[in-house]
Amino acid sequence: MQTIAVIDYGMGNLHSVGKALEHVSSARVQITSDPQVIRDADRIVLPGVGAIRDCMAEMARHQLLDVIREVSNDRPFLGICVGMQALLDSSEENGGVDCLGLFPGRVRAFGPTLYQGEQHLKVPHMGWNTVEQRLPHPLWHNIADHTRFYFVHSYYVEADNSRQVAGSCQYGVEFAAALADGARFAVQFHPEKSHTHGLQLLQNFVAWDGRW
Amino acid sequence: MTLAKRIIPCLDVENGRVVKGVKFENIRDAGDPVEIARRYNEQGADEITFLDITATLEGRDTMLQTVERMASQVFIPLTVGGGVRTVNDIRNLLNAGADKVSINSAAVFTPEFVQEAAQHFGSQSIIVAIDAKQVSAVGEPPRWEIFTHGGRKPTGIDAIEWAKKMESFGAGEILLTSMDQDGMKNGFDLGVTRAVSEAVNIPVIASGGVGNLQHLADGILLGKADAVLAASIFHFGEYTIQEAKAYLASQGIVVR
Repeated sequence: MQTIAVIDYGMGNLHSVGKALEHVSSARVQITSDPQVIRDADRIVLPGVGAIRDCMAEMARHQLLDVIREVSNDRPFLGICVGMQALLDSSEENGGVDCLGLFPGRVRAFGPTLYQGEQHLKVPHMGWNTVEQRLPHPLWHNIADHTRFYFVHSYYVEADNSRQVAGSCQYGVEFAAALADGARFAVQFHPEKSHTHGLQLLQNFVAWDGRW
Repeated sequence: MTLAKRIIPCLDVENGRVVKGVKFENIRDAGDPVEIARRYNEQGADEITFLDITATLEGRDTMLQTVERMASQVFIPLTVGGGVRTVNDIRNLLNAGADKVSINSAAVFTPEFVQEAAQHFGSQSIIVAIDAKQVSAVGEPPRWEIFTHGGRKPTGIDAIEWAKKMESFGAGEILLTSMDQDGMKNGFDLGVTRAVSEAVNIPVIASGGVGNLQHLADGILLGKADAVLAASIFHFGEYTIQEAKAYLASQGIVVR
């Protein structure tokens, strides 16, 4: 039986991710902070909510930084929300935080003066927004272009390598809603909270061999 | 493409059952919360809110079990409110599967609790619920005040100033209920909804008073709400979520 490790570094609600993965697969889902369990798993999910400084500090405290760098090279790896942002070089949040540097680029604040045309936009970007698919990736299998997913975030990913942007979203600015590189895939939205299409993406992740 | 306006059915849950009354009277049983949440999920609800109106400790445990059952079957965002007073209350609800918690009276009694909660769990999971009543007389400039205890106790706090303060304390969203309108089916209080929504930079959910689909559209178009919450129009089969969305779309509102 294949195993999926959901990395637990003490931040927020991992129940939803775990339950959604169990809902779409027969894999053994382990919510864990044990580096060995993570190294032994067939697939890895890095979720995350909350402030990036705390997230990075907790990952370091659990000695997970090198483990994440290592396992995301050679097997299907999915970052979600702050678990995506942690993969960039750095984040503006909390006065500037160095991140894992697995995707070139940075995490920026939407800020208080965000407009779409004349309309002032609220922050956090909270709710269902459309994702434009930029790459024909296996994780988009059976998901129509411009499908709406559930977002909740105040910071967004500015990717340096446009060829890694698998999906983009508009909210005052255009930002990377999904990044792909080798076995790594990362999404800013919450597939575990995005109903049918979110579950389809998780099902695609479970079926994916890590190549594209 | 733009962010969709959200429709949020709200379930008032007491001892594990969904109930709905008019101004806390004539409470009717509307069924099992998980079953109802599943139905709304299938109909395209954008989020689900549970308000725990149970007073007993046993009822609280039942609520955690209900949240757990719901979170393992319904994969859209779930907010839980009612009686949230401590960091531990929040942790228990988030661990049971809630995505956001709504803090009401505890914020009024101890505003710093909101700060502490946002620092611990992130603003995205902390909603501050505001129960407001108009206190200005006819002909005066409109003024709304915060009330506690189900709308019975005035606090002297101005609703708009309070919303701004809660934003600065780290609230990620405001759930604004007009106590004048709640359960009356006459529509939202559009004045307070618009005033609060324009005063803060975080999303505002309008609540209290929905009796028909035009009320939902008014809350968004005239009240400038980012999301609209309603209970009884959905529970008793008057309208489905799809019908509500189709109506909003016909009014030029972007929905999922």
